[in-house]
Amino acid sequence: MNPKEEKVKIIAEEFTENEEDAAVGRRKKKVQRQQRKKQPPTAGPEEMVSETPHLGPQQEPGQEEPKTHLLSTTARRGPRSLPPIPSASRTGFAEFSMRERMREKLQAARSKAESALLQEIPTPRPRRLRSPSERESETEFGTEPGKEVRRTQQDDDSQNYSKVKFRDSGRKIKSKPQVPPGFPSPEEAYNFFTFNFDPEPEEERSEEEKAGAKTRGGADQEAGAPGQQVNTTADEEELLDGREAEDLLLGLEHMADDFVAIRPAEYESVHHWLQKEKEMLFVPSRLTVPTYKKLPENVQPRFLEDEGLYIGARPEVARTTGNIMENRLLVQEPERGWFGDDGRILALPSPIKPFPSRPPVLPRGQSTAAELETLYKKAVKYVHRSQHMIGSGDPSGNFQVDIDISGLIFTHHPCFSREHVLAAKLAQLYDQYLARHQRNKAKFLTDKLHALRNAVQTGLNPEKPQQSLETTQKTIKEYKAEIWQTRRLRDAEQEKDRTLLKTIIKVWKEMKSLREFQRFTNTPLKLVLRKEKVDQKADEEAFEAEIQAEISELLEEHREEYEQKMEEYRAAHQQWKAWKRAQRARKKKKKHATEEPPDEETEEAPPEEDPGKPVPPEPTDRAVLEQQVRERAAQSRRRPGEPTLVPELSLAGSVTPNDQCPRVEVLRREDVRRRSVYLKVLFNNKEVSRTVSRQLGADFRVHFGQIFNLQIFNWPESLTLQVYETVGHSSATLLAEVFLPIPETTVVTGRAPIEEVEFSSNQHVTLDHEGVGSGVPFSFEADGSNQLILMTSGKVSHSVAWAIGENGIPLIPPLSQQNIGFRSALKRADAISSIGTSGLADMKKLAKWATESKLDPNDPNNAPLMQLISVATSGESYVPDFFRLEQLQQEFNFVSDEELNRSKRFRLLQLRNQEVPEFRNYKQIPVYDREIMEKVFQDYEKRLRDRNVIETKDHIDTHRATVAKYLQQVRESVINRFLIAKHHFLLTDLVVEEEVPNISILGLSLFKLAEQKRPLRPRRKGRKKVTAQSLSDGDVKLLVNIIRAYDIPVRTPTPSKFQQPSRSSRTFVEKHAASPSTHSPTHSADYPLGQVLVRPFVEVSFQRTICHTTTAEGPNPSWNEELELPFRAPNGDYSTASLQSVKDDVFINIFDEVLYDVLEDDRERGRGIHTRIERHWLGCVKIPFSTIYFQSRIDGTFKIDIPPVLLGYSKERSMMIERGFDSVRSLSEGSYITLFITMEPQLVPGESVREKFDSQEDEKLLQATEKFQAECALKFPNRQCLTTVIDISGKTVFITRYLRPLNPPEELLTVYPSNPQATAELVARYVSLIPFLPDTVSFAGICDLWSTSDQFLDLLAGDEEEHAVLLCNYFLSLGKKAWLVMGSAIPEGPTAYVLTWEQNHYLIWNPCSGHFYGQFDTFCPLKSVGCLIGPDNVWFNIQQYDSPLRINFDVTKPKLWKSFFSRSLPYPGLSSVQPEELIYQCTDKAAAAELQDRIEKILKEKIMDWRPRHLTRWNRYCTSTLRHFLPLLERSQGEDVEDDHRAELLKQLGDYRFSGFPLHMAYSEVKPLIEAVYSTGVHNIDVPNVEFALAVYIHPYPKNVLSVWIYVASLIRSR
Amino acid sequence: MAAASPSVFLLMVNGQVESAQFPEYDDLYCKYCFVYGQDWAPTAGLEEGISQITCKSQDVRQALVWLPIDVTFKSTNPFGWPQMVLSVYGPDVFGNDVVRGYGAVHVPFSPGRYRKTIPMFVPESTSKLQKFTSWFMGRRPEYTDPKVVAQGEGREVTRVRSQGFVTVVFNVVTKDMRKLGYDTGPTDTQATWGTSPAQGLPH
Repeated sequence: MNPKEEKVKIIAEEFTENEEDAAVGRRKKKVQRQQRKKQPPTAGPEEMVSETPHLGPQQEPGQEEPKTHLLSTTARRGPRSLPPIPSASRTGFAEFSMRERMREKLQAARSKAESALLQEIPTPRPRRLRSPSERESETEFGTEPGKEVRRTQQDDDSQNYSKVKFRDSGRKIKSKPQVPPGFPSPEEAYNFFTFNFDPEPEEERSEEEKAGAKTRGGADQEAGAPGQQVNTTADEEELLDGREAEDLLLGLEHMADDFVAIRPAEYESVHHWLQKEKEMLFVPSRLTVPTYKKLPENVQPRFLEDEGLYIGARPEVARTTGNIMENRLLVQEPERGWFGDDGRILALPSPIKPFPSRPPVLPRGQSTAAELETLYKKAVKYVHRSQHMIGSGDPSGNFQVDIDISGLIFTHHPCFSREHVLAAKLAQLYDQYLARHQRNKAKFLTDKLHALRNAVQTGLNPEKPQQSLETTQKTIKEYKAEIWQTRRLRDAEQEKDRTLLKTIIKVWKEMKSLREFQRFTNTPLKLVLRKEKVDQKADEEAFEAEIQAEISELLEEHREEYEQKMEEYRAAHQQWKAWKRAQRARKKKKKHATEEPPDEETEEAPPEEDPGKPVPPEPTDRAVLEQQVRERAAQSRRRPGEPTLVPELSLAGSVTPNDQCPRVEVLRREDVRRRSVYLKVLFNNKEVSRTVSRQLGADFRVHFGQIFNLQIFNWPESLTLQVYETVGHSSATLLAEVFLPIPETTVVTGRAPIEEVEFSSNQHVTLDHEGVGSGVPFSFEADGSNQLILMTSGKVSHSVAWAIGENGIPLIPPLSQQNIGFRSALKRADAISSIGTSGLADMKKLAKWATESKLDPNDPNNAPLMQLISVATSGESYVPDFFRLEQLQQEFNFVSDEELNRSKRFRLLQLRNQEVPEFRNYKQIPVYDREIMEKVFQDYEKRLRDRNVIETKDHIDTHRATVAKYLQQVRESVINRFLIAKHHFLLTDLVVEEEVPNISILGLSLFKLAEQKRPLRPRRKGRKKVTAQSLSDGDVKLLVNIIRAYDIPVRTPTPSKFQQPSRSSRTFVEKHAASPSTHSPTHSADYPLGQVLVRPFVEVSFQRTICHTTTAEGPNPSWNEELELPFRAPNGDYSTASLQSVKDDVFINIFDEVLYDVLEDDRERGRGIHTRIERHWLGCVKIPFSTIYFQSRIDGTFKIDIPPVLLGYSKERSMMIERGFDSVRSLSEGSYITLFITMEPQLVPGESVREKFDSQEDEKLLQATEKFQAECALKFPNRQCLTTVIDISGKTVFITRYLRPLNPPEELLTVYPSNPQATAELVARYVSLIPFLPDTVSFAGICDLWSTSDQFLDLLAGDEEEHAVLLCNYFLSLGKKAWLVMGSAIPEGPTAYVLTWEQNHYLIWNPCSGHFYGQFDTFCPLKSVGCLIGPDNVWFNIQQYDSPLRINFDVTKPKLWKSFFSRSLPYPGLSSVQPEELIYQCTDKAAAAELQDRIEKILKEKIMDWRPRHLTRWNRYCTSTLRHFLPLLERSQGEDVEDDHRAELLKQLGDYRFSGFPLHMAYSEVKPLIEAVYSTGVHNIDVPNVEFALAVYIHPYPKNVLSVWIYVASLIRSR
Repeated sequence: MAAASPSVFLLMVNGQVESAQFPEYDDLYCKYCFVYGQDWAPTAGLEEGISQITCKSQDVRQALVWLPIDVTFKSTNPFGWPQMVLSVYGPDVFGNDVVRGYGAVHVPFSPGRYRKTIPMFVPESTSKLQKFTSWFMGRRPEYTDPKVVAQGEGREVTRVRSQGFVTVVFNVVTKDMRKLGYDTGPTDTQATWGTSPAQGLPH
């Protein structure tokens, strides 16, 4: 064995030397090393065989043939080498079973021993030995050979992969012809004797083949073979096998006779599995597929682009992806339909534009203002609705096309018999013949040839000496060229004529034979060949002369050609010689310097490619030439003397009648008869008419002869005829469409020729009779060869023309098509997006763009553009260098801006669209400007003007005026916001949807089922709400139900001496302390029992409408009356926004009706009663309408606002009468009235804006607020919970940011430096003096806006929140513990109060009135508490009750108060939105004094106005007294001065009956003051001698806060 | 009066609500009303109508409403061109009257005879649970005002489901449109047949 091994190695070495050249750099050391380790030097038999093909195709093309002849049959399928054929080893392996494996093991064992030997000899030889096979296994298969081997094991499995199949087939072919050579190798022999052969004869045979192959191969090359075996098994396995093999070796003898196969445990290695998997899974290679694989055999790739055809840019695909796809396609779909001519996957052009459509942004800095200016162009009336529409304005709007359809001929029809087919062919050929004959081109060319020859003849004869020789030569040359040309043409024509004639005859013969064969005739066609005799001699002569002339000409031509070629040859020869020399020199040089840089070689490469030695041309031989000419003549021309054949086709033949025909033919004829054909005429793809249905004739002709006059509106784009065929009664089938050309405008009726248009259909018809069908192959031959497939086809003869009108004018629409086509083509191109529409006009620019963008001129898309560019003349036009964003904007402006502004109508429309209040509901804006009155705009313009002018008339003092203006502006901006927000809809605005009922509602509704229909105690049901729009004046009423009043002041007896103890200066401590102030009327005893103390009645005034109740008696009257007051919305606008802004108040005044006996004469006392009724104002309750509107009803007991001084009245308590109430009632000061106010019908209050305002708060905080509010709302939906509010700029702000200690005015602090309580009261009073203006009034429909305290003080207007915040801030600054209380009160509804903690009790402050209440004060207007807000936290009331009487205000108890900031969410230290401190300017006292005078004057004038029928006298003395008194009142805040004042007045005005009272108000405007005075009704006294006194005092507080006192009194002189 | 220069143009619409195709529902009735801009005013005819309850017959599976429309508007401005708003109601399984569809269509602009098929839809419930309860209670979600379907504003907040179709035939006549400068069609006087006038008529 060893000697053989040695030999093998040596041979292998020789091989490797050669191979190494090719394999440079491809080896991998690692693999080699691995190989060496495992390498068994023996070559397995199967490896031997496998080796050959491996080596074959790649590096030894020469040697391949002899060695691999067993494979060569399969391996060489085409001229190109195909992928290497799988080695035979695989097949061998596949078929070997157990036995084979044993042998393997044996080998492994042997190899192990060998390797041990080898390792002792450290030579590089094994490495070299391995290399070729290793390399090949990598390069050729791309997989390790082991895999390949495994794969073939499953050869028997059906596999889809063609590759594998191919290999299979290869194997089969290979294995069959294989003849085992007689001599087995030593190994083979060894195996043969040592193994037990399974009874598998076939395998054995193949085994032997293997062996044979191996031995044969092994003779010359066994190199590198063993490598594969190593790879087939894993290391471990090898070890195992080795051991196993040893055992085997030891027990060989036993094996032979035992027939016991000791096999290893069944184990499939991981590799094995992997390989199996690889078998199942196809992994396409990523390597590039060679082009030849993708193309059909013997086809060179074609590159269409090189041939000048347009090929779009292919879409970008990564190369590996493409390769994988190609590989997959090759395997899965080997039909090769996927690849184009160039060997690439077929692909449409990439649809992605390479350039962005939007042009780049221009750099800034260019002043394009001038160019950007738009110019007005009058809008041009657009006439056409569509491009093709003929103008409707055109009077002669009807145009007409006449379509004459004369008939239809089928050139093929499914019902054609074979004879028909031939007949049609014949007819066609005959037509062709006739056409050719008519033209007779051959004759014409022959004549021309003669003429030319004559010309040459004459030209050669120097008969015309005047011509120069050169010109003659030139002309002769030209003539000769033309002769040559003409001759060729003539020959071609003659040949065609001849072949045509031959074909005709042939077809006719076929037809005749067919007729004979089928023994009947179907067609009347008959061909007659007429022979025309010719003079043979003349003919021959002419023929000969012709040939001679031709030969001579040819000779001449050849001679010239020869000379030319000789010259060329000489030049080429010269060149070749030179090259040869150079070559020789170069070779020498090369030898000297073998190591030449490669670039030099490439330089020298071109000369190398020079073709070999040129061959000198051969001179032409006349004889040969003549031979050629004669041959050609014989072929193409009529032989001399032969008679001319003239075919004549006639329809003279007779058709065999039906009864003589076979059955199939009869069937066919019947079928034909059943068929009928009609045509539909389609104009612009719309069917406009159709012909009558005509039966198909036996000759397959249909005659229609119909003319259709189409009256058209549109320009014809297409004219189509549809051929329909009906068989029997079945529905029509569309056979084909025929497109008719649209006639030229010059073609009019009568002049249009009848034209034939061919059509054909692609339908497939198979018939069961003689008819040949359509689209199905048939044959004329008996054996079915020479098949024909004919499609239904035919010709329609028609004519299309424009009609002529009555007066001879053709009815042709104006031609406007070219432009349109042109433009639409432009649209398709991208030029617009690239250079803009303006650029299109500039051809230069367009052309430039075209070249720059490298437009493919072959792209059909670009064709019109290219044409335009090539055609267009360069015209200068102005092109701006800027890009216009809305370049077509101008086109849409239908009038210019000036006109838009000038036109009143447009202005009105614009204003209405902007929802300007004046025009929001403007209806029916007139069409013409002249119908619009100028005064429409007056109000609006006035408002616009006034916006900038401060109106001082209403406001008197300038500061208020500016504030009012500012407020107005804020209001407008907010309203604008609101208007925008109004266009944001919520689902609930649009869709009414029932809420999902929860358990309680379900329970209630269930409960309702059991409810009595007419319960004994009915419940109040909610009234239906009315949307405001549908209302008008008078529909809405205000219902005021006056129930009762308590503690009305009572009259003091006029002449009484006052010994009433002056009310001790009560402190608030006393007030809250619930200790009844025991100012029991000492003089109550003065009143006689039963004397009427007071006779009060209530008067309600609203919007200057007054209603009053009846008069009741006593200080605690009960009226129980309902008053009804009409409501008028401002300007009759009952929209929600308008209603919200109603600022009117409802005044509920309480009067005392006093009867005076005016009887002058006591003598008449017995006979009549003369009394005068006087009414004295006692107090009032003022409720803003907005409160009623939002609350929808007001129900409760209100404190009557009673003036601090009420002359003639005192708050007395009749202990005797109302003792029982006393203990309760006397807890508080003042009088009370119980009211119920509502509106009828109930109006839907406007909803606040739900727009989510933007915020600067932390997002987390906002989320927390939402969560907090949601949680609170879940528990107590009715309690107000406020965490965020909206500031005046419309931003969401966390509420605690509003609270911060702020300094009250110094002035107030210094008044009571030692008395903090008094200071607190003063501060509260100051706050209450800031006018109250509800947000809903100022910002109609908007939610509460919270202004900061400085804004509030600047605005001097605000609602409860602002007051409360300011007061709370002051209290904080005073060192009190103060909170903001959000809750609901009477009558304000949801409001804000202030809570303070005084030593041991809580106080509730009403910030708007300045009053304060103890926590347990029953008359505290605050009825429920929702949440408390401190400077650093918010607490929500989670106690069971919310009435301040019943709750605990201790916010530290988490069970009672849910705090916003807690341990889980600590207070982040929010900065306040309030200023650091407030700065107060001292109010101008002089201005206040001036204002005071003006108000007094105005009020006096008003009172006089209100008393138009009476004289109004002013008592100056009294007035001055009052004027002195008012500052006192201010100082004492309206308390404790009454008695002194009364005394003083009595002293001064003793003889007057005096009734009067001071009114105290915060000053905002004059109007409320007037209203207040009016409501008291002082002016209503019509006693003739009444005198009036009116005094006004304004006390200025810092920051322009004014306290106004108005003292009104009426005096009647008493006698 | 002064016919020389009219100050308004007139739009006369008549026709009928022809049929309703609601595959699943029967016993339907239909309401229609017109929504128009501020410059429009009805001068004659009925702006609103309500049809009888129509039941489907066995062979024609659609409810024939055949509710005539006849209204004339005057206007000064084509802005706010009248739209017809249709709403179809019918009883559900429990006999509650529920809405079956809303739809709107503009009155055709140019004179002629038109047949319009109006897709009808209803607002969807906001959740499955609501869908169930609304089905159970017979209180399906409805538009606050059927006229919202004629406006584009605020529709983004709703979800709707299509229900069926209502076919309406309009015969439209206008007067003085052209005199006021509004050109709405090929010709004011010449009648056009159907929505797609035939291109050629054989003699």
